[in-house]
Amino acid sequence: MTQTVSRPEAGAQKAPLPLDVEAIRADFPILSRTVRDGKRLVYLDSGATSQKPRSVLDAERDFYETCNAAPHRGAHQLAEEATGRYEAARATIGAFIGAPAEEIVFTRNSTEAINLVAYALSNAVTAKEEQFRRYAVGQGDEIVVTEMEHHANLVPWQQLCERTGATLRWLGLTDDGRLDLSDLATVVTERTKLVAVTQQSNILGTINPLGDIVARAHEVGALVLVDGAQSVPHQPVDVTELGADFLVFSGHKMLGPTGVGVLWGRYEVLDALPPFLTGGSMIEVVRMEGSTFMPPPQRFEAGVPMTAQVIGLAAAVEYLLALGMDRVEQHEKALTAYALAKLAEIPGVTVIGPPDTVARGGAISFTVDGVHPHDVGQVLDDLGVEVRVGHHCAWPVVRRYGVPATTRATFYVHTGYDDIDALADAVRKAQEFFGVATPVTTREAG
Amino acid sequence: MQLESMYQEIILDHYRNPHGRGLREPFEAEVHHVNPTCGDEVTLRVHLDGDRLADVSYEGMGCSISQASVSAMYDLVIGKSVPEALEAGEHFMTLMQSKGDASVAEKLEDELEDAVAFAGVSKYPARIKCALMSWMALKDAGARALSVAHPTTSTGGQNA
Ligand SMILES: Cc1ncc(COP(=O)(O)O)c(C=O)c1O
Repeated sequence: MTQTVSRPEAGAQKAPLPLDVEAIRADFPILSRTVRDGKRLVYLDSGATSQKPRSVLDAERDFYETCNAAPHRGAHQLAEEATGRYEAARATIGAFIGAPAEEIVFTRNSTEAINLVAYALSNAVTAKEEQFRRYAVGQGDEIVVTEMEHHANLVPWQQLCERTGATLRWLGLTDDGRLDLSDLATVVTERTKLVAVTQQSNILGTINPLGDIVARAHEVGALVLVDGAQSVPHQPVDVTELGADFLVFSGHKMLGPTGVGVLWGRYEVLDALPPFLTGGSMIEVVRMEGSTFMPPPQRFEAGVPMTAQVIGLAAAVEYLLALGMDRVEQHEKALTAYALAKLAEIPGVTVIGPPDTVARGGAISFTVDGVHPHDVGQVLDDLGVEVRVGHHCAWPVVRRYGVPATTRATFYVHTGYDDIDALADAVRKAQEFFGVATPVTTREAG
Repeated sequence: MQLESMYQEIILDHYRNPHGRGLREPFEAEVHHVNPTCGDEVTLRVHLDGDRLADVSYEGMGCSISQASVSAMYDLVIGKSVPEALEAGEHFMTLMQSKGDASVAEKLEDELEDAVAFAGVSKYPARIKCALMSWMALKDAGARALSVAHPTTSTGGQNA
């Protein structure tokens, strides 16, 4: 392709990539378009939302063209087929994370899945059914989060605390972008009702040592919710190994459609929670005086669900399984190592987050001395390199590291070394454009 | 590259050497505005002499567009009455909505002086907010300063 021959460089080694990038790119129709006057699209924003392979689009279209009907409602043939496909998709998606189908609840996205749990915990306070009051959160209770959470895994817990009088506590960060677990035992205590923590940071790339956190939480009887929005798409995740009580993730970040997310919950925990949203499809018996509810997962799926999107997400899971999640992880690890080395070669560029690939995923945030991230992003965009700029919905993180915002590149299965070379070249162009490039010779000298 | 159409030399000059930067006394109103999508911030003070803007002082962090915009605004509004400054703000808003239509920029050249250089920003919807932030802050601070200066005629709502 457009790959330029590069001199062997000390830091930036191109290890063989486990995935066949050219073949994969051919599966993504959008990657053949150009941007900004004919530039090749270098999509480095999969962390915000991923692009979709044709098989996902086909699965959605096929559902609408062949058996569209409301699942779990009606007894006609189409409804039966729609229900069959919807439930088969649930089983496929569950198996992907090592969970039985009845522990998989479909939501709109990770954000809604987290809100579902947060509202269930406060609805538990006033639930008339004894069985639903087990996890009620109230005054004197504590919820623990970390300073690296996405707003989606922070604001719902702040709000839960405001509704119930509980207290929010958090684990801080170290200077190299990791969780500071030195006070784990004093932050997670007998008062803790739930610990909410991300598996992979969307801004720092850090992969957290969940084992220690889960062990401590369970020691004190607290529930653990893992935000898998950035891990499930990029590494093998098995809930039986995770040991947590909840896992959330978003379909749109893992090659699936928008409008579908997943809440996995340990069955006995789900079964003890009252509903979040109520209405059709989640009830057992309705009388004017009151209603009773279905067992999980139906209890948490009020209304006609996002059937086509769920089926599309199952197709995405099949696509990822065919590639192999181990290989996806290794592919991104090789890209991350290369990108960190390439960025380290550019004077004035500072990576915010772990500097190497140890316990680190592929989200790379960086600053460029003398150029605001918005301006970096604008120059990159002009060259067809699409990254995200800003606080990445993790405002406390940028504040913690004393920067107003960062530029962030994220990778996926179609990312190749040529994309990262384009990124590094574009960053240098941004420095030149804003007149902050140090006249360097290292590129030639290697 | 289309970049030059957005980052006019005038804009880069204002960014590198901002006019009127720094918070000064005296002032009748101070506001703090944030662009929640990117975290850019500006703190802006207004000092009136009668109904004229005797000083607009500011401090902030943000991208070149937001920083240059506040500097160009400073040049444009000092000495104007608050209503005149708000009218300039309306013109600037019109420019931001012009989607790169050069004829709009041409018509507003006299009214906007250096600020007309931001015409190229109107082609980039994601950046329009950056250019507008300081103008929004000025509108807010101007109204507050007037309500301090003329409490009885204000529309500030404290008479409700
Ligand atoms: C770590 C993390 N958690 C949660 C979310 C929220 O996901 P969604 O916007 O799909 O609800 C995101 C992405 O936006 C994320 O990166």
